[in-house]
Amino acid sequence: MLCQLCQKRVATVHFTQIVNNNKVEMYLCEKCANEKGHTNFISPLSLGDFLSGFLSKDIGDSYIAAPNVHTVCDVCGMSFNDFQSTGKIGCSNCYKVFGDRLKPIIKRLHGNVEHTGKVPSGFSRRIMETTKEIEKLKEDLNRAIQAEEYEKAALLRDKIKELENRPSGQ
Amino acid sequence: MFGENAKNVPESDVVFSSRVRLARNFNKYPFPFRMNEKQCIEVIEKVKDTVFSTSYAAAESFRFYDISRMEPIERQVMVEKHLISPDLAAKQTISGVIISKDEDISIMINEEDHLRIQCLHRGMQLNRAWENCKRLDTMLEEKIDFAYDSSFGYLTCCPTNVGTGMRASVMLHLPALVMTGYIKEILDACSKLNVAVRGIYGEKSDASGNMFQISNQITLGLTEEEIISNITNISSQIIQQERTLRAELYRQNSYRFEDRVFRSYGLISNARILSSEETMKLLSDVRLGVDMGIIKDIDIDTLDELMDITQPANLQKITGRSLSASERDIKRAELIRDRLRQRPKTKG
Repeated sequence: MLCQLCQKRVATVHFTQIVNNNKVEMYLCEKCANEKGHTNFISPLSLGDFLSGFLSKDIGDSYIAAPNVHTVCDVCGMSFNDFQSTGKIGCSNCYKVFGDRLKPIIKRLHGNVEHTGKVPSGFSRRIMETTKEIEKLKEDLNRAIQAEEYEKAALLRDKIKELENRPSGQ
Repeated sequence: MFGENAKNVPESDVVFSSRVRLARNFNKYPFPFRMNEKQCIEVIEKVKDTVFSTSYAAAESFRFYDISRMEPIERQVMVEKHLISPDLAAKQTISGVIISKDEDISIMINEEDHLRIQCLHRGMQLNRAWENCKRLDTMLEEKIDFAYDSSFGYLTCCPTNVGTGMRASVMLHLPALVMTGYIKEILDACSKLNVAVRGIYGEKSDASGNMFQISNQITLGLTEEEIISNITNISSQIIQQERTLRAELYRQNSYRFEDRVFRSYGLISNARILSSEETMKLLSDVRLGVDMGIIKDIDIDTLDELMDITQPANLQKITGRSLSASERDIKRAELIRDRLRQRPKTKG
């Protein structure tokens, strides 16, 4: 028989509710049942449950009151809640957005949070290029100061700051 | 993988195979479960373009398979040959795999991560598998911008794979440890050492045929070489134990030992109906006999082949039509009888 809610899929869940001698019976498909919250009472633990368990143990109450609980990754739209329920991360940008909250979980999983293995050659090249660029800008800064071109020096100083603070992974 | 001859392969009496798998992702696309169809296709095209433009591709005769266009039975055949994971076979979204002619290298696309590079070899050859994976990874990263962070390392969909993204595993045949019950201690020790022990088809599978897959659980904070070294060391100790126990069991009652092994040989060579479970058990006994030089007229290569081709989907592919369970059991027995009769006798 078809699901009573959507009338599209086959009903596989028979839901019976008795409240104050009033009996309500519904026949739903799995999707509608999930949406209504009438799933198996004993659902197997998902990886997400374990991972979020790590988080609450380490951080304690301070994170429950965190002001940015509704932050969402601007590339893929994943929220930290999504991660907690699925155990999966949405994209590489999520690691930057949720880095602080992910760190304790990763530490619990691997015992470490510093990568020591292979580095992509492009990445090391980028680091080298950035370092060279910073050095060149510093030289220009010194020359600008000596030539008393303070406006120019200020611009250079800001650029250097931006490059130095660029998070690893750029 | 069957291109390699078992005799020339290290530790082949206990180690069935070694495998190294690397997880990699594109920096600019969301991870597979959050990609739309267009992005899935783009990822596949980019990977194909990159792989097939390398010199490696020609040397290994790579071939691309579109998983989304394959029949479930075809996918299951690949799972049984350890070329793709059960997860990839179950995918409803656009995904694919690139496989080398020798079937020792496979690159899964759009499984849990964008790329899963895998190298599989007979016996204990983790270093060789790693060298091949490393070479492929280095070639790919010249054209593909991989998601990477200097603290977290290579970024993956599941945080359990982050860092090196590497899973190094060996498949061990441990009949003596099972027979004596000492396997339990091995399993306990492994879990304390952050080593996972699984059955023959990886996650969520049972240890049938006395086959156990040992793999690292930690992927971040260790170099790839350290991970391989750990697994190699642990495996070596298990291998040593297994060999000692085999010799000891034989010494205690050689007639009983040989009787068990030959009875299984007799059964598997002559039965008319064989379930896959029984086949795994019998093959394990016969394998033990061959490893120890008790059974002299079959070689390990034949046994390895039988183990993989008598799996359900493979049988159906060979027969060319779909079979019921009981038809499969009959066909399996027939296939084994024929193969065992065909193989040339080995010397000594």
